[in-house]
Amino acid sequence: MTSTTSTTEARTSSRATRRGSRRRLPWRDRVVISVMVVIPTLFVVCLVWVPAMLSVVLSFSNWNGIGSVDSIQWIGWKNYDDITTIYPPFWPAIKHNLIWLGFLFFGPTLLGMLLAVVLDRKMVGSRFYQTAFYMPVVLSLALVGFIWQLFYSRDQGLLNQVLNTQIDWYGDSSVNLWAVLVATAWRHTGYIMLIYLAGLKGIDTSLREAAAVDGANERQSFFHVVFPLMRPINMIVIVIVVIESLRAFDLVWIVNRGTNGLEIIAALVSQNVVGQASRYGFGSALAVIMMLISSVFITIYLRVVFKEERR
Amino acid sequence: MTQHHSSLPNLSSAIATAGSSRRGFLRGAMLGGALLSSSTLLDACGGGGSGSATGSVAFGMNEAAGSGPAYDRLKAMADAYAKKSGVSVKTNAVDHNTFQDNINTYLQGSPDDVFTWFAGYRMDQFAQQGLITDVSDLWPIDGMSDSFKAAATASDGKQYFVPKDYYPWAVFYKKSVFQKFGYAPPTTEADFTSLMKQMQTDGLVPFAFADKDGWPAMGTFDILNMRINGYDYHISLMAGEKDWDSTEVKTVFDAWRGLLPYHQPDALGRTWQEAATSLGKEECGMYLLGTFVVDGIPDMEDDLDFFTFPELDSSIGADALDAPIDGFCLAAAGQNQTGGKEMLKYLGTAAAAEAANAKATPFIAANSNADTSGYSALQKKSVEVVSAATHIAQFMDRDTRADFASTVMIPSLQQFLNSPDDIDGITSSIQKQKVSIFGS
Repeated sequence: MTSTTSTTEARTSSRATRRGSRRRLPWRDRVVISVMVVIPTLFVVCLVWVPAMLSVVLSFSNWNGIGSVDSIQWIGWKNYDDITTIYPPFWPAIKHNLIWLGFLFFGPTLLGMLLAVVLDRKMVGSRFYQTAFYMPVVLSLALVGFIWQLFYSRDQGLLNQVLNTQIDWYGDSSVNLWAVLVATAWRHTGYIMLIYLAGLKGIDTSLREAAAVDGANERQSFFHVVFPLMRPINMIVIVIVVIESLRAFDLVWIVNRGTNGLEIIAALVSQNVVGQASRYGFGSALAVIMMLISSVFITIYLRVVFKEERR
Repeated sequence: MTQHHSSLPNLSSAIATAGSSRRGFLRGAMLGGALLSSSTLLDACGGGGSGSATGSVAFGMNEAAGSGPAYDRLKAMADAYAKKSGVSVKTNAVDHNTFQDNINTYLQGSPDDVFTWFAGYRMDQFAQQGLITDVSDLWPIDGMSDSFKAAATASDGKQYFVPKDYYPWAVFYKKSVFQKFGYAPPTTEADFTSLMKQMQTDGLVPFAFADKDGWPAMGTFDILNMRINGYDYHISLMAGEKDWDSTEVKTVFDAWRGLLPYHQPDALGRTWQEAATSLGKEECGMYLLGTFVVDGIPDMEDDLDFFTFPELDSSIGADALDAPIDGFCLAAAGQNQTGGKEMLKYLGTAAAAEAANAKATPFIAANSNADTSGYSALQKKSVEVVSAATHIAQFMDRDTRADFASTVMIPSLQQFLNSPDDIDGITSSIQKQKVSIFGS
């Protein structure tokens, strides 16, 4: 009894001295801390906030990037007006992004979590399966697009040969979104699986054993013990899914540069801004819309996190 | 071939994931690398112009060093000029797509004196914005026909461009197939229709067709518009002077709709390479494409032949075609204007074209005095066809504003191929967007 109290006292006192020494040597730490805060802040402000604000400003203009700043014509809300009224790819793009989000969440994310739970149990060959499922994540999306092209090609693709059909997987605008989503899922599942598996490995096995001793079956111990403990990982997974579906871009760009049934906002922004099109005003307006949509999700996420911290 | 993929998307994905995981960190590191390399790339773009005003000319090329025959030919031209004139030529070789995507920034920064570019509206736009120098005192160029001069002329009536080479768009077919079934290249609309019908009876799809990349269908629109409404109408339509919801344009779409049953279905999922393969495999009888179709089926080059798209209206004739011309411009912000112009003068000569063709697989030289002995049969025929044409168009995405072509026409033409019966809806949508982009 006495020995434990004394060690606790010793610990508190040592903590106190440490705190005291920090107070005594403030200039050095202060410099370090301020440098560590100021430099990243500067980066964030210069590379994220300033360009974002400039995009908002540019979205009210018509500018092709040629000539000085005074060659910019200010046209008010015209870009937004055009986007919502006479720009045909816009509404399909919004719809496709939402489909993407829904599909990614209910399809590959849940599948990845299931795979992680299954592979977490020490079964024969689990390492092999882990590698096999994770493999697509290592491949670049350019390569993923190419690999799936081999499956999906209408005339020479494997899928049509095996099924003996003539479906135009990438070209038919009623199926190509789903074809691309399957290709994305192929990659996304492994990604989520690995993150979740890493989280599961961090769960103390004694908790599960305790649950088993208390008579909980496999499913009960997962949903009542493991799943609540995985809360931080679950949060990360949700954020990743939201980010992945909003930034969805690479694969559709590889397939057909985001046209014909594969319109998504990020691709529309690129079509207008990157390269020679140089519709900076119009593209910025699209980017601002994308930013607004993202901020809805970010706000929700931050509110949840802060609520959590307040508890 | 006129539009290419960009490598930029990887950046945005890297930005989005950075920080969310350790993989994010790695991606972030890659992003850093990408930014570094892009800044060196900008250096590479801009570094050329600072040379001294005498003795050295900077030459910007839209082909990366060692990327193939296209680069070898440009390099050979630069070397030949340096050797002939004693002027040192500083070459700046940039990847084709990167060069094209950065062209606005490049020309406004410190560009090379002479740079590779395209004829047509894309050149005209730069001329109007004062980004390239008037070189009309170099014209007429010995060996270049009036149609080349017209393609080098901007809307102010002056020349801003020196042509290098070109490739025509035409209807390709396999000689062996035409021989086997006893077909002959059609010259009238009636012949054309009966040929297509006969092919269907013989179990062939008359036209191979692909538009996954969005630009190949522009070739079909171009040729139908030039056959139905004529070259002049086509050029003013592309320049934004005519309305897209006019009867003339609707007639073109209507004719196209009539031809669609003779084209391969589901074109939107097919690349032009796959369509070329179906021509090679004798599933299709013909294919309207540029001469680069050979790159899709290289081992069949000897069996390939082509004819120009037949006449559809006898009052219009069949004397116009798409034959994109590549060449050179003089950057207005280049440091050495006189030296640059001297070099341009040389680049337009037959000697320059011969120097290029001596070192690599030849291109079809714009200068008709150039030696053609190294040309393949297809190239020789291309020369004949293009010299016979009175009007040469540059292809839709070079004859109109780049933003209009890529953000309006690609989706609209694909939309048309999806629902060919909605011509009114599609043309009125194009017209609204055209007014918004062109401002009238």
